[in-house]
Amino acid sequence: MKNYDKLIFEISREDRIGYTLPKWEDDNTQDIPQELLRQESLVLPEVSENQIVRHYTALSQKNYGVDIGFYPLGSCTMKYNPKINEDMAGLPKFTALHPYQSEDNIQGALELMYNLSDSLCEITGMDAISLQPAAGAHGELTGLMLIKAYHKKRGDLKRTKIIVPDSAHGTNPASAHVAGFDVVEVKSDENGAVDLESLRAALNDEIAGLMLTNPSTLGLFEKNIEEIASLIHEAGGLLYYDGANMNAIMGKARPGDMGFDVVHLNLHKTFSTPHGGGGPGSGPVGVKKSLMEFLPLPIIEKKEDRFLLNYDYPDSIGKVKSFYGNFGVLVRAYTYILTMGGEGLERASEMAVLNANYMQERLREHYYLPVEDICKHEFVLGGLGQPLSGVSTLDITKRMIDYGYHPPTMYFPLIIHEALMIEPTETESLENLEEFIQVMIKISEEARENPELLKNAPNNTAIKRIDEVKAARHPVLKWEAAE
Amino acid sequence: MFPYIPNTKQDEEKMLDFIGKSSIDDLFEDIPKSIALNRSLNLDHPLSEVEVSKKVSTMANKNISTDEYPCFLGAGAYDHYIPSIVPRLMFRSEFYTSYTPYQPEINQGTLQVIFEFQTMIANLTGMDVSNASLYDGPTATAEAALIALDKQKGNTIVVSKSVHPETRRILKTYMDCKDVQVKEIDIKDGATDLEQLKSTINKDTLGVIVQNPNFFGVIEDYTDAVELAHNNKALMIMNVDPISLGILKTPGEYGADIAVGEGQSLGNPLNFGGPYLGFMAVKKSLMRKMPGRIVGQSEDHEGNRAFTLTLQAREQHIRREKAISNICSNQALNALAATIYMATLGKKGLKEVAMQSSQKAHYTYRELLKTGKFKEVYNKPFFKEFVFETSMDIDQLNNKLLEKGIIGGFNIEKAYPNRKNQILFCVTEKRTKEEIDNLVNVLEVIL
Repeated sequence: MKNYDKLIFEISREDRIGYTLPKWEDDNTQDIPQELLRQESLVLPEVSENQIVRHYTALSQKNYGVDIGFYPLGSCTMKYNPKINEDMAGLPKFTALHPYQSEDNIQGALELMYNLSDSLCEITGMDAISLQPAAGAHGELTGLMLIKAYHKKRGDLKRTKIIVPDSAHGTNPASAHVAGFDVVEVKSDENGAVDLESLRAALNDEIAGLMLTNPSTLGLFEKNIEEIASLIHEAGGLLYYDGANMNAIMGKARPGDMGFDVVHLNLHKTFSTPHGGGGPGSGPVGVKKSLMEFLPLPIIEKKEDRFLLNYDYPDSIGKVKSFYGNFGVLVRAYTYILTMGGEGLERASEMAVLNANYMQERLREHYYLPVEDICKHEFVLGGLGQPLSGVSTLDITKRMIDYGYHPPTMYFPLIIHEALMIEPTETESLENLEEFIQVMIKISEEARENPELLKNAPNNTAIKRIDEVKAARHPVLKWEAAE
Repeated sequence: MFPYIPNTKQDEEKMLDFIGKSSIDDLFEDIPKSIALNRSLNLDHPLSEVEVSKKVSTMANKNISTDEYPCFLGAGAYDHYIPSIVPRLMFRSEFYTSYTPYQPEINQGTLQVIFEFQTMIANLTGMDVSNASLYDGPTATAEAALIALDKQKGNTIVVSKSVHPETRRILKTYMDCKDVQVKEIDIKDGATDLEQLKSTINKDTLGVIVQNPNFFGVIEDYTDAVELAHNNKALMIMNVDPISLGILKTPGEYGADIAVGEGQSLGNPLNFGGPYLGFMAVKKSLMRKMPGRIVGQSEDHEGNRAFTLTLQAREQHIRREKAISNICSNQALNALAATIYMATLGKKGLKEVAMQSSQKAHYTYRELLKTGKFKEVYNKPFFKEFVFETSMDIDQLNNKLLEKGIIGGFNIEKAYPNRKNQILFCVTEKRTKEEIDNLVNVLEVIL
């Protein structure tokens, strides 16, 4: 196929149009004073409808999605996005619903949100859930605001610090900062788990809480979680659960039972909603009873058979998102939960964990495995290990592209040198895993025998390795017409 | 068996055998017994696709949507026309089943779309550079305030009460965390009280936030406000309706430092409030303070034009606790819809959508005034929304409209509790003359 390389602006010609609008007889009225009007001409494309279709179809073909193939991007849970979810989210009585319509008109939407909250409470072991946050990081921010409000209500104003392990997702410390906390980083032990001594040393009456992912970003279950919870709670802090890795433990263990006080989920990871090329996501936040009064507004409640939006919670942190959250994403997650049922969700976690362990066991001879243990839904390799340091993890991932795969997450977590983080998810078959394993083994051989193949990769794509330094040094962030 | 889990019992046994485990339970033995969930999840049993579809559709059918009844409700979410090609193209699964383009060689599609989006938003707002999208208009406004906080010393953000009430609430939630004071400026004759603004802005002011058209649909002239902000070294943050920029003076023309807004109107359905997209465009001097993803143009090793995520040193995954923003996932798919929408409407169409919305709103305004049942609340230029006062409680009025198959306007009292019997009507290009005339006739009878 020909490599299409035009920008939409470059196929624009004066007087082409791609739309039709009804005629309006009142055409010549101008009711707005001249000084309030735009003077600068509006540079937007002028293209016909069929050209637009070809253009964006060509661009779509330059993309890799879960529907194309294996996408083992660790920590992102790139599982299959069921099509019935799209149909349900596309029902006109959802898509054409205005958020400010009267409560009588929106009962179905509220019912769905109420039911979804209920299910998520059961899955996480929490007492109440807000569906408002728009993504995982937004959930983190909201959760930290709740922690802040909790301490403030108790007059405990010294608690200005949040502990974040050095293995945490980058959003954790950033969210803590945006929420107005200072960040205290604690070291992980050699297995990527929380180092209890470091944690003890960090605890004092200024600590508001600890953010933790369990399983950890190394894909390992935090076995000391009960001790961690009691240490934090004894010190007067709260425990925050980053739900990025929830796909490992559905039906097996619940953050609420582990001692977590606040939880966020990523519906676009665990609950199968599409990642959309970088969103929209949804990051619901669940809490224990002691934090319910602080949840963002409005709260969806049920009185007899009627659902309502309650704004009357004086201690709420307020609003964090316009309207009620990413509703369309919520419809998809709810549809998924109905399809899977309790058994299906548990089975999903079992197979996600089995797939990851199988791959880990198959690859350990060929790549460096820093921690030897049963993993959960993902595992982290340290590239090819020290002896082959001439070939980097970046080179390995670019070579995977030549073989038709989306590479795993690279250089995260930061505590593992040359990290390569693989999350197969439950929606891949054994045959698919095996094919990918064979490719990884082949690449490890190529690294020894013909390292240039890796260093120049990808070789088979229309676009070769990209100069990212140039992009950052001389930023070109928009198209401009040639002079 | 489950339709999205391909492993068979036989596969399972084979894999367990290879790992050296005898059962699935062995893979979860690292979870301490004391916290393991030793029961099944208390959820419904799995449903077939037919059953799921019936159950969810039954819920949907309890709603009454703008698909059935003409909608005169706006207030931050707008019923503009969406060309068929927008959903058709955006739901190509190569787009919607991919993730953030971390591997540019196989995600040039998403990257180029974002580059085109950035170009269109920069051109629309008259600003220098745009990012790849934020969650929604209000959170984009709060993110703009975070940039202002990072810029200099001071402890106050000033915001006009003519800014959308939800935006102000969200701003306050964010600013409370930073112990930053939010000072609200009163409304005078439907616009920001400039005298009060003048006496409020001082050296401690980090940013000034306004909205155009404002919450009441009024087009404000911000020339003086921009000067006031800049004289005090505060950033001028303008929240704008992107459709209005087809005809209205842009944030760039006003000299604003940051333009933000709700991008839903650009090809995204109402969706009961989300997912929408926030947009942000800034002056070049603030480029490295912008939150979220940014795509830049570069070259590959053979000299071909190529796009990649860039300026990542700003972002949370590199800067961690030193980052200005924590945003990671944004609203890429909604930005794709906006891009296709802007490409489809293009230079002429966007202007025409803005003109028709405005003209139809003005026609509705005049026709309603003629009934003698309404009086105008502000005598100010407006875009596609306007406030009227009448003799009836607005909830009651809207209920009566609904009985006649019309979705009425926003009850102002809900956001400004001391203002009774005031309604905010919105008219987009989608409303026909028949629908407008019918609204007028029905209201004449009701009141």
